[in-house]
Amino acid sequence: MIANHAKVKPELEFLTQLDVGPDRKTVLNCMQCGACSGSCPLGDVMEYPPRQMILNARSGCLDDVLKSPSLWMCIGCYTCSHRCPRAIELTDGLWPAMRDKAMQNGVQPPKELQDAFQNVFKYGNSLGESPRKRMAWAEKLDVSVRDLSKEPAGVEVLWLVCDYPAYYPRNRVVTRAFARILTALGIRWGVLGNKERTIGDCDRLFGEEGLFESLVEYNRGLLDECQFEKIVLLDPHSYRSLEKFYPRFGAKYPVEHYTTFLAGRMDQLKQLLTKPVEATVTYHDNCCAGRRYDCFDPPRTLLQTIPGVKLVEMDHNRQDALCCGGGGGGMWLDGHIAAHGGQRLSDRRIQEAADVQADVLAVSCPFELSRFEDSAKVAGLEGRIKVRDIVELLAESMDLGERETT
Amino acid sequence: MKIAAVVRQVPDLIEPVEIAGSEKTVDLDGATFRVNEADDLALEQAILLKEKLGGSAVTVVALDFGDIDNTLYAAAAKGADRIIKIPYDQQQPPAPKHAAAIYAEAIRGLEADLVLVGSYAHDELESTLAPLLAGKLDLPFVGVVRGVRPSADGSSATVFKEFPGAAVAKMNVKLPALLGILSADEPLRYVPVSRIRAAMKTAKIEEQEAPVPAPASAATIERLHHPAAGAGAEILKGSVEEVAAKIVSIFREKGVCK
Repeated sequence: MIANHAKVKPELEFLTQLDVGPDRKTVLNCMQCGACSGSCPLGDVMEYPPRQMILNARSGCLDDVLKSPSLWMCIGCYTCSHRCPRAIELTDGLWPAMRDKAMQNGVQPPKELQDAFQNVFKYGNSLGESPRKRMAWAEKLDVSVRDLSKEPAGVEVLWLVCDYPAYYPRNRVVTRAFARILTALGIRWGVLGNKERTIGDCDRLFGEEGLFESLVEYNRGLLDECQFEKIVLLDPHSYRSLEKFYPRFGAKYPVEHYTTFLAGRMDQLKQLLTKPVEATVTYHDNCCAGRRYDCFDPPRTLLQTIPGVKLVEMDHNRQDALCCGGGGGGMWLDGHIAAHGGQRLSDRRIQEAADVQADVLAVSCPFELSRFEDSAKVAGLEGRIKVRDIVELLAESMDLGERETT
Repeated sequence: MKIAAVVRQVPDLIEPVEIAGSEKTVDLDGATFRVNEADDLALEQAILLKEKLGGSAVTVVALDFGDIDNTLYAAAAKGADRIIKIPYDQQQPPAPKHAAAIYAEAIRGLEADLVLVGSYAHDELESTLAPLLAGKLDLPFVGVVRGVRPSADGSSATVFKEFPGAAVAKMNVKLPALLGILSADEPLRYVPVSRIRAAMKTAKIEEQEAPVPAPASAATIERLHHPAAGAGAEILKGSVEEVAAKIVSIFREKGVCK
């Protein structure tokens, strides 16, 4: 271990200055055990798996690492950070800093990722959709939505809808179901309407620090004008940024992912879960809520409370769950990863769900619906296994869904 | 080498195109704007040439229309040395003929060896800006260019011009000249937002008046309208889901699918 680096080579200064763990542990504390590389779901196809990336960087070959396609292959699953015996924050600290430095040096990120960055910068959402269509998900909704940007009022819950739930057609079904659930629970809730912009977690993870800062500035201005007791989100990635990184800019808000929020209202929820949902369900732990917040029980509690649901576990579960490949910017890296020999991780994960004879793969992250539904088609599992957000299953049992049943 | 690049703002088609009540113009009141794609490529080519040649400088010239300040700061972040904005207070962009006169007024004094302009803009009607501007500046012109190689002494440039049938002409052009750019030697570069934000703080947008009255237009718009359904065409109406269902139904009816 190199613990004291009073005199470091100039090329190591960058690494020593990184805030990548508790007590500002630098990446020079890495003891090269290889737990990160061995844990990385794409480590087998990387030119520089995480351990080697660190080794080369601190051996004075940082430029080689910054120019390597490997730098853009991490999909933010947090497994390396979770397992690092030195508690070095690789996912949230080292990789974003290296990508930032690479871009400052003129390295071009993969084109799909560039487009996502530019969409966020120009339109405030990664999908490149019109900001004016952000509320289109609520057009045919049968419960009223309070748009706090138009009707300022104190609410119990400020629901940040986020990009995929607002724009992606499949996700909108979940979004509407969540609106009905909040209303059925008698919660005073509101949204930011068309003024909402992305929180920027994927941009942060991929080193677009300037873009992230501009989003923090904008969102802080918007949030500070609203009166609410708590922010609730369907997106665990945005939750992560609001909980962990916005406070670094002085933007501190009480925030909760929907799984813990609803699990905290279990007594009330139980009374409303009346309709059986007869299905064998397996739950895919999303990486952010799982490995970063140990949020393993609340989603399972929600599922097990639904009458008729039989919960089974996949081979990889809880802290060892396999990533869907979409988080942390992975949604815009499928082409890059495939070009360098990597597989879509959701294709492997859907097979695990089929292996335990699940009828339903339950998810709790907006990226996962489209990824797993695509993978079900690729694997020939369409019709045999359904991908449904926990929100949809709850809404079905509460008779609040959109008529598609399991 | 002194290089000038023109960048224009065009309505962003992310929003639906609305026709004004007069049916003579597009309603731009609620429009959002973006940099014209081909002009962005012209700027990219200008920056690439600057980087390759050394000792060169790029000046970007733009009309004060739409979201131009952000476009100019992004140009500075990419490597433009000067960013110039021409005051303009009209609701509608100038027609190409008028625009050519305005840009010529601003560019003439720059004594540029190369003037690069996008080959097209999706809001142009009666002509394209590049050849008209070349005429106003009395410069040789080559349009639909996809590559530029200036000579070592900077007196000429080899340019590659696209023709139908995937044919490419290799032409030698004496400088100064104006080129209509179709694509740059490299894809558009991504510039981190931190650099654009830094440029917002450090780069100075110069203002340069170019008061040129609008000349008589070569074309007169009689009426703007959305495409009308003609005989034999059926326009499907409804939500995306409803239209999709109707298409599937028609395909089944016609035997395209089961």
